[in-house]
Amino acid sequence: MKICCLVKEVPDAAVQKRIDSNTKRLDRSGEKNLNPFDTHGIEAAMQIREGGVAEVDEIVAVTMGPDSAVRALHKAVALGADRSVHLSDSALEGSDVCATGYALAKLLESEQPDLVLLGQQSDDGECYTIGAVVADHLKMPSLTQVIKMDVSEGSLQCQRQAEYGYDTVDVALPAVISVGDAINEPRYPSLKAIMGAKKKPLDTKATADVGIEADKVGEAGSQTQVLGINPPPEKQAGEIIEDEDTNETVEKIVAWLAERKLI
Amino acid sequence: MAGILVYALHSDEGVFNNNSLGAISEAAKLASDIGGEAAALVVGDIDDAACAALGKYGAAKVYRAKSVPEGLAQPIVDAMAKVITDDGYTYALFGGGLLGFEIGAGLTARLGAGVTMEVTAVKASGGKLIAERPVLQDSAIVDVGYVSEPGIIIGRLNAFDIAEGGSGDAEVVDVDVELSEWSTKATMVSRGETGDEGGVNIEDADILVGGGRGLGEKDNFKLAEELAQSMGGAVAATRAVVDAGWYPYATQIGQTGKTVAPKLYLAVGISGAIQHKVGMMNSENIVAINKDQNAPIFEFCDLGIVGDLNKIMPKLTEAINAKKG
Repeated sequence: MKICCLVKEVPDAAVQKRIDSNTKRLDRSGEKNLNPFDTHGIEAAMQIREGGVAEVDEIVAVTMGPDSAVRALHKAVALGADRSVHLSDSALEGSDVCATGYALAKLLESEQPDLVLLGQQSDDGECYTIGAVVADHLKMPSLTQVIKMDVSEGSLQCQRQAEYGYDTVDVALPAVISVGDAINEPRYPSLKAIMGAKKKPLDTKATADVGIEADKVGEAGSQTQVLGINPPPEKQAGEIIEDEDTNETVEKIVAWLAERKLI
Repeated sequence: MAGILVYALHSDEGVFNNNSLGAISEAAKLASDIGGEAAALVVGDIDDAACAALGKYGAAKVYRAKSVPEGLAQPIVDAMAKVITDDGYTYALFGGGLLGFEIGAGLTARLGAGVTMEVTAVKASGGKLIAERPVLQDSAIVDVGYVSEPGIIIGRLNAFDIAEGGSGDAEVVDVDVELSEWSTKATMVSRGETGDEGGVNIEDADILVGGGRGLGEKDNFKLAEELAQSMGGAVAATRAVVDAGWYPYATQIGQTGKTVAPKLYLAVGISGAIQHKVGMMNSENIVAINKDQNAPIFEFCDLGIVGDLNKIMPKLTEAINAKKG
């Protein structure tokens, strides 16, 4: 069984994010990191490998992004992937969800995985949708926000929460599964794994290498267009108390609640 | 012809989802702005009267795909794609929720269509729709237009209000849908398990103490329960702790849980991620205790306390109990 883990490089959580008013795109400069939600996908792959029910031949980390995204791949490899593939091409810049999903699907097609795993959302774009877009292009079944996954011969039994509670769903392989962050507790990479990550094979591909049609990606291939950026409606800022003396803090909270007749 | 097609989700008991009904109302309003018609798509064996009744919310037509199962996205992508293509709908609209995200995403691939998710408002301009989408933890709102048709709009939970402004029954049209081969590869084993033991109805509570992962462990929900009890309130939870098995599903607030608007929502150890925020942002008063001063909840609470909840909560409970005498 071959597992591909889709990963993404995102701005570090501590970095103040902003939109570039010229390009109307997210300014992704500054400190970067592997999307924390994707580490759950890699961990899920590792647990399948270690679970012994299915023979995992290979775990491949797959990404699309600028040169700097290599570091996210190194981190994914340090967490357990055997090798990585990087789709990097200036033609991809400005791709919307539709174009990105298409490009990733073409990249994955070249790898022929039995299972594609990814995190439930990216830390920056908050789209939740890329897995389902990719799956339909690949003509594979798909499920998002999976929090429990049991592997058997040729299929998975998955649990996830939808509108009316928890659904249990059987999914035949090959499939695309986006995992919720409750599915596991990702391990920390060992120092040895971190040091060795850069030595593992990394393939860099351009759009033409995987048969991506140029007019379907980038700004020209995108079907949505950002027309404007506006501030949110004004909301009066709340009062913030730093707890230094807890007795005093509690007194303040009680007074605040009493003033509003809440207690 | 311009037209907007809405997916109307229903439970196993055949009850339509409120977010879907809100989306139908919104579609009816927008359709009249762009000179078109709003329609809904229903899957499964829902009777004529129940389908026609969606006219009350503004659907002129209801497509019913009887043989398509409810609850999994891809068969519904097949049904939506067929109706959009055959009858020329120019937009697909989804209310908030998990399935709408999955179906909308699948349609994006199937139809090569533009998609916008987490949409909080939609406006019409020159016969076209523009979706408003908050980004970067709601610190900015982008206006998204579509360069081709159809356009796909996935609403945020509770973004669209239900309005019963429709004129009578909708026309019900049965559609035959041939499922894609890959749409049959996922099968529902059981749907909607809640493990519900009955008990508290958090939607009716005036005071709620919401507990999140910041409580640290399951046992610490006791602190939340004691605090809620001191104020005569109930305890609610985030999805993260429900998924982790710390607290029952019936108490979950947010995207796939309940929506509440109590007089007081006291959030303990809750970061305030969008998925939770959408379920409680209309509470009259929001108080948050969290040790992370960068937690998004401090951006929208009325009173925020940056500190250790293990220290603060027991003392707060004690002080409120003492005040009651």
